[in-house]
Amino acid sequence: MWDYTDKVLELFYNPKNQGVIEEAEQAGVKVATGEVGSIACGDALRLHLKVEVASDKILDARFQTFGCTSAIASSSALTEMIKGLTLDEALNVSNKDIADYLGGLPEAKMHCSVMGQEALEAAIYNYRGIARDVHDDDDEGALICSCFGISESKIRRVIRENNLTDAEQVTNYVKAGGGCGSCLANIDDIIKEIQQEAATPAINNYGVKVATDIANTKQSQLGLTNVQKIALIQKVLDEEVRPVLIADGGDVELYDVDGDRVKVLLQGACGSCSSSTATLKIAIEARLQDRVSKNLIVEAVEPLL
Amino acid sequence: MQNNCIYLDNNATTKVDPEVVEVMLPYLTEYYGNPSSMHTFGGQLAKAVKTAREQLAALLGADESEIVYTSCGTEGDNAAIRAALLAQPDKRHIITTQVEHPAVLNVCKQLETQGYSVTYLSVNRQGQLDLNELEASLTGNTALVTTMYANNETGVVFPIEQIGLRAKEHGALFHVDAVQAVGKIPLNMKKSTVDMLTLSGHKIHAPKGIGALYVRRGVRFRPFLLGGHQERGRRAGTENVPGIIALGKAAELELLHLEEATKRERRLRDRLEQTLLAKIPDCEVNGDTTQRLPNTTNIGFKYIEGEAILLLLNKYGICASSGSACTSGSLEPSHVLRAMGLPYTTLHGSIRFSLCRYTTEAEIDQVIAVMPEIVERLRALSPFKNDEAGWLQAQEQTLAHR
Repeated sequence: MWDYTDKVLELFYNPKNQGVIEEAEQAGVKVATGEVGSIACGDALRLHLKVEVASDKILDARFQTFGCTSAIASSSALTEMIKGLTLDEALNVSNKDIADYLGGLPEAKMHCSVMGQEALEAAIYNYRGIARDVHDDDDEGALICSCFGISESKIRRVIRENNLTDAEQVTNYVKAGGGCGSCLANIDDIIKEIQQEAATPAINNYGVKVATDIANTKQSQLGLTNVQKIALIQKVLDEEVRPVLIADGGDVELYDVDGDRVKVLLQGACGSCSSSTATLKIAIEARLQDRVSKNLIVEAVEPLL
Repeated sequence: MQNNCIYLDNNATTKVDPEVVEVMLPYLTEYYGNPSSMHTFGGQLAKAVKTAREQLAALLGADESEIVYTSCGTEGDNAAIRAALLAQPDKRHIITTQVEHPAVLNVCKQLETQGYSVTYLSVNRQGQLDLNELEASLTGNTALVTTMYANNETGVVFPIEQIGLRAKEHGALFHVDAVQAVGKIPLNMKKSTVDMLTLSGHKIHAPKGIGALYVRRGVRFRPFLLGGHQERGRRAGTENVPGIIALGKAAELELLHLEEATKRERRLRDRLEQTLLAKIPDCEVNGDTTQRLPNTTNIGFKYIEGEAILLLLNKYGICASSGSACTSGSLEPSHVLRAMGLPYTTLHGSIRFSLCRYTTEAEIDQVIAVMPEIVERLRALSPFKNDEAGWLQAQEQTLAHR
């Protein structure tokens, strides 16, 4: 028997917010619906949100769930958690938040909390008219688990968001690998790759070690040495800024870093462009502030003739 | 711990009969000797073990020399399959079915990695085998046919003697996993085509940790466990004397109660089944209702999920079982129900009720009283019941095209 918390059992035996929200002819209010899971997978959730259009606020949330104890409890918990939130605030609710609200779920049942998060996203994306597959990274969208139809991007996301370290955990969270098991080796490879990205310093063009996973590195910026900071700036410029500028006939070169002042040389079309200030501030400074440090100020310097 | 439940999960395990407990207790306390010892203190146990062997042989219609004690059904299945292959090293083909217990299926899967070929016979919607498929699969290279006697999930009984006849015609050994059948179906191994037969004590009101393998006299047997010369060299390891004594007594009681108990269980089972089908819409019995164990019913309740049903039953102190994925560590629902080709709408919400000779009318009444409400309650939560939006229909169309 599964070891469920009292909260899980309470919401299973006395679920809150079960049912449907009908599309009412109420001015300024719309109903959004999200459906995830399937009868074949053994669990499915249809989530209904009543949204106040002007404020983007969730006025009510209800669910219909086909599934086990923890699926029903997770659905009920989710509806309790998101009532009163704006849609943007609700999008920040993670599967971990749902599990935490329940006082935890057996690890083998974590996929129930993931189903809740996905139904919420589906409902909000539907409401906003955004196709769900836009959310997934198309470059990483290969199907890994054909038994449960799970893509690589989804597996990568759940690994990163929940710090998963083995294939069994991935199976518990998104079911991938829980069928024939033939994809478990692939899942192991993905985990290994993500762990290497997070942990292994790489060598950039200048032979300086930098953390390759820029997003993760943001959290440890305070610990960057000057050399690491410069290398990271160079990496962001090379990988994220220059390709965009080059596509427009321009380019940028890192000239110097003095404390938080980043001096660059705008080249090509960028050098003579009337909107070079915008390029500097939006395309370069904002990106570096986001990726490296919010204190950075980018300045253009004139090339030495 | 809860101990006053309505226990309708007897295919999982059974209550140890108080008479069984009584006869085995002295062998846990005062008679603790080793039956292989030369001294009287230990040696006298050998006589008790012999008596128990006779009791078990009587239940099987076998000779006591054909009984090999094991620790459980899984060991019996493993030992039988390995023994059959070791005895026929030139043959590399095995025939089994898709609905076997993992104790057989997982051995077969491993053997496939060791160069054996395995045919997994299919079953139809009623969970029955096609004997023509068996016939077509048998070759001179077939070392073993291994099938269950009765399915643990549906109670469906296979035509064992017909299977055995075909195996014999092709020179293959025939092993039967009879863990669910023993004590529920009269057996007479003297008139049977079965070469080896597995049973487990805890399914017939003996404790866990004791089982037996019937090995027909003359069948070449290579031991699975190597060591001392216990069990006439066929299973090494100091005997589980209390377990053996218990199994002997349990077998004696099963034989004593067989006719009357099975008649009673069938009557109660049928009442439970027919009443639930009448009271609850959208449910059906899974499996062959004519060739079936008298104590088992497996009912699929559409649109809802088995674990949720079990937890609500548990609230009323009722113990049953489900083929749902969520009741196990696996994410796949019952391989037995899937092999039968049940639709997903039924598959995930299938519940097994399995009775025993202790099951009472009042207990069945209680299940009948609460089950409709449980199903209704979960269906009220389900997005697939009254699926006006057509979500389920769309999914079923997709599944049909897979």
